[in-house]
Amino acid sequence: MTRLLRRWPEALIILFLTVAALTCLLPLVHELMMAISSNDAVLSRKVGFWPVEPTLNSFREVFKDSSVLQSLVFSIYLTVAFTVIAMALTIAAAYPLTRPELKGRRFFTTVIVITMYFSGGILPLYVLIKTLGLLNSMWSLILPIAVSPYNLIILKTSLMSVPDSITESALIDGASYFRILIQIILPLSMPIIATLSLFYAVGRWNMFQDALFYISNAKLYTLQLKLAYIVINNTSPEVFQLEGAAAGYRIVPAAITAATVIVATMPILIAYPWLQRYFISGVMLGSVKG
Amino acid sequence: MRTGRLRSIRQLYLLLSVPLLVLFVFSYLPMIGLIIAFQDYNIFKGFFGSKWAGLAVFKEIFRMPSFWAALRNTFLLNGLNLAVGFPAPIILALMLNEVRGKGIKRTFQSTMYLPHFLSWAIIGSLAVELLADNTGLVNVFIKSHGGKIIPFLSERWRWLFTYQGIWIWQNAGWGTIIYLSSLTAINPELYEAAEVDGAGRWRKIWSITLPGISSTMVVLLILQVGRIVNISFEQPYIMGNDLVRDFADVISTFVYRMGILSARYNVGAAAGLFQSVVGLFFLLTANTVARKLTDTGIW
Repeated sequence: MTRLLRRWPEALIILFLTVAALTCLLPLVHELMMAISSNDAVLSRKVGFWPVEPTLNSFREVFKDSSVLQSLVFSIYLTVAFTVIAMALTIAAAYPLTRPELKGRRFFTTVIVITMYFSGGILPLYVLIKTLGLLNSMWSLILPIAVSPYNLIILKTSLMSVPDSITESALIDGASYFRILIQIILPLSMPIIATLSLFYAVGRWNMFQDALFYISNAKLYTLQLKLAYIVINNTSPEVFQLEGAAAGYRIVPAAITAATVIVATMPILIAYPWLQRYFISGVMLGSVKG
Repeated sequence: MRTGRLRSIRQLYLLLSVPLLVLFVFSYLPMIGLIIAFQDYNIFKGFFGSKWAGLAVFKEIFRMPSFWAALRNTFLLNGLNLAVGFPAPIILALMLNEVRGKGIKRTFQSTMYLPHFLSWAIIGSLAVELLADNTGLVNVFIKSHGGKIIPFLSERWRWLFTYQGIWIWQNAGWGTIIYLSSLTAINPELYEAAEVDGAGRWRKIWSITLPGISSTMVVLLILQVGRIVNISFEQPYIMGNDLVRDFADVISTFVYRMGILSARYNVGAAAGLFQSVVGLFFLLTANTVARKLTDTGIW
């Protein structure tokens, strides 16, 4: 009995944490149940944490709806293209900065780090993109966020751990820096490259604000932007008439919205085991540096 | 061979020049572009053709009630976040630290990290499905049990709580990581010695655990105070609606509405610049305080 008394705080803590953990999961479970229930059941609000009249109809509708499918395909395409380009640019900046024979290293690093603390803000960037004619172009969703100074510094720090002697002997053998980077440095640095690629990919996949600012052509809507419009329309019906009409938009049945949410969450859920591990190491790297 | 190497060094500059060019165009040009806040900017005349306006644009935004409301709401949302969002991960980390079973602890962590990876568009959808007045699961449940619906998203005071609650939902679990890692740095012998001296659970938390993470707490607190005028766009935008506009319109959404939707470019730029200047003041002050307290500063 006394042992039980001594243990009750732990029981309370476990109870609290269980509730907290369930709170994190249940909204997604509810969404999933709505997605696999019939639209009638969803509309009559019968769906809680169990499917009612289970069906995969909503998913079939999602993949039949050319506009949702288009957004899905575009989002995947954009995320892959962005990750490749951003990674290439980040490597192209990080590697030279690790070489002591590069003059002005300190200056270039400062130029990069300054962008972590100062930015022109939302509006000047919008005006720039408009002036460059990049509105409604995929490049507006790639280039402004392609060089993350944060990722760049992490990569630079990591590349510095490759022993200098390897580069030196390759140089003596007549290899160019470019070849050394491709054939020696990169193969040795695959773990950090995988980590940073994941950072870039998740960031791009989840973001909707730049697409909201720069994209009005429905063909270039990302999945997240489509979802954001659905949410905005759902919370302000009177705005729906205006913005909805402008966006060439129609009322989306709740079950189909739920299925779209699940489809948009799927890549994150599939990658979650890796995400968790790599992002935690990212937090650590960031805090060591900061 | 020496010349071969020199030629090769040029490759390094060539490599570096591409990302630097991208950074120059998309990070530095917008900083220079802030000049339009001092211009009677016209996109057709452009940057060089537009007339100077001096501080007229700033005078104009200072006369706008909606600008002051946006500024006030930015402080309001961030201030509340400091009060409830800041302690949440600390409490959660202290609780996780008391869990003895390794497996169960890891399960809690994995579950509570998940919301961090969900986008605001998805969280917005989840919030509507759960919390909307007549159709949200919570209110449907309350109604079916004879209660009165709670306007989580449509009444401004409730909305403030919903906003913070959802922020905590997304971030508190993830925020425990940094505290848990500084907890592992505490020497376990301290706990053993305390036990020998007869200290109980609370005593150990108060005298060993909290002092052990206090420096992390101070640094994160100061960082957050330093960013009190900075507010992201996506959460307030996705959670805002016309019924709660009084509290939901913050600087970032103001810049979007005025600057982009209404095409008042110089007004948007001026509001953004004003925010940055006030923000810089807070950041510098915070850093000075941090230097004094921890003698390291935050950079």
